[in-house]
Amino acid sequence: MNDYKIELSGVSKSFGDKHVLQGLTLNIPTGSSVVVIGGSGTGKSVMLKSILGIVKPDAGSIRIDRQDVTKLSGKDRSKVLSKIGMLFQGAALFDSLPVWQNVSFGLIQGQGVKRKEAREVAIEMLAKVGLGKDVASLSPAELSGGMQKRVGLARAIATHPEIIFFDEPTTGLDPIMADVINDLIVERVQELGATTLSITHDMASARKIADYIAMIYHGKIVWAGAASDIDNSGNEVVDQFIHGRADGPIEIDIKR
Amino acid sequence: MNILQPIGRTALVVCALAGRLANFAASALINTVQPPFYWRAVLQQLLRMGYYSLPVVGLTALFTGGVLALQIYIGSSRFNAENFVANIVALGITRELGPVLAGLMVAGRVSASIAAEIGTMRVTEQIDALTTLSTNPVKYLIVPRVVAAIICLPLLVAVADIIGILGGFLVATQSLDFNPSVYIRSTIDFIEVGDVTSGLIKAAVFGFIIALMGCFNGYYSEGGAQGVGRATTNAVVSASIFILASNYFMTTIFFSE
Repeated sequence: MNDYKIELSGVSKSFGDKHVLQGLTLNIPTGSSVVVIGGSGTGKSVMLKSILGIVKPDAGSIRIDRQDVTKLSGKDRSKVLSKIGMLFQGAALFDSLPVWQNVSFGLIQGQGVKRKEAREVAIEMLAKVGLGKDVASLSPAELSGGMQKRVGLARAIATHPEIIFFDEPTTGLDPIMADVINDLIVERVQELGATTLSITHDMASARKIADYIAMIYHGKIVWAGAASDIDNSGNEVVDQFIHGRADGPIEIDIKR
Repeated sequence: MNILQPIGRTALVVCALAGRLANFAASALINTVQPPFYWRAVLQQLLRMGYYSLPVVGLTALFTGGVLALQIYIGSSRFNAENFVANIVALGITRELGPVLAGLMVAGRVSASIAAEIGTMRVTEQIDALTTLSTNPVKYLIVPRVVAAIICLPLLVAVADIIGILGGFLVATQSLDFNPSVYIRSTIDFIEVGDVTSGLIKAAVFGFIIALMGCFNGYYSEGGAQGVGRATTNAVVSASIFILASNYFMTTIFFSE
């Protein structure tokens, strides 16, 4: 039996007449880091939200630890979600809470950890992403974009999840800060031994954090393989994307 | 056929919206009685909605009571019925103007604030983040606001009733030469428990409407800053209309003989 942590099979999702996912199939081996690359509007975020249950797929199955999560609700869904941590594209920190409460949110609300203990864990997690104790009491609005991403990463790993999702982890950051975030992701994921699924269109990030890369195009996976094989994929869509060429099978609709 | 198409489409949109609102309201009410309960969030909302709304509600009630006394005096003096000023001020404030004006003022202040806050959380993926952290957004965001508003509004209206009657008293005694003790005695003798409690029950319903419309419009906002702005406007407008409409129906139920 294949040892897959997450299995997506024939997942479809439409919004009105816009068919975002069209029978997407992707398997994520346990303990591996899979990066899904693809242009804007190709369905990457909808795929992640479908796995999380934020978006309900029209068809297909999504299995986590061989359990179909598309039909779960209430406590069963919460149980599955407790295995997952996520770093959002814009960090999605709660404005109304100080940094330490953001980091320890899952511990306080999800696991009932006492606030004093949770604060200590939060400071420990902040240290793991290179942030000092002084940041703990600040409001998210007082942080730079890179610091917000690091706090988001600390929040994602605070509950020691088995699975971590990264939604465009380096978008909006300068190349140096992007590399810092990539390094932190690799270090923390190795430490946790977690299975990760990232979506990005930053090839430098994909090459750094991925064991496997999959290319999504028109709501389907058009190529999947080891990260080391990406330059020899033999797929025109992948080649055009990784080299950032305007000419090729991927057509961008620009009105001149 | 072309004329019927937009009518049908609009009818479908309205039905879908009504269904979504009914579902949302039911979900909010069901989650109110199901654990976990976020008491800390309820207390925060009580402070934000109740305590910080006191100045605006108090000033509204004070001036409304004053102007009511003045207008009733002017109107009633045409047929020598000035003695009823205290009675009508008390009745008008406790039964209608206290709850309705407090409801409308709080709708403007609180509904807009809730819609803007939750709408911003929606467009910045904070609500999705709550879901990934095994926290039900309805329980964590909606229920505390609904509970706090249902508790706050009757308390605010009780204060508005007192200040509104005080406003009438001040105008009557300072400008219209009414005897203070006669005015107070007249108010106490005339007013009944039912006049006050009906206003407080209305206030609790208005509180539910204010929180529900703020939360609903914020929760389903989309389209960035413009969407949040639209949600805020819709929250205030819809809460105000529902307050006025429900007030009519509640008055019909409470006071139909």
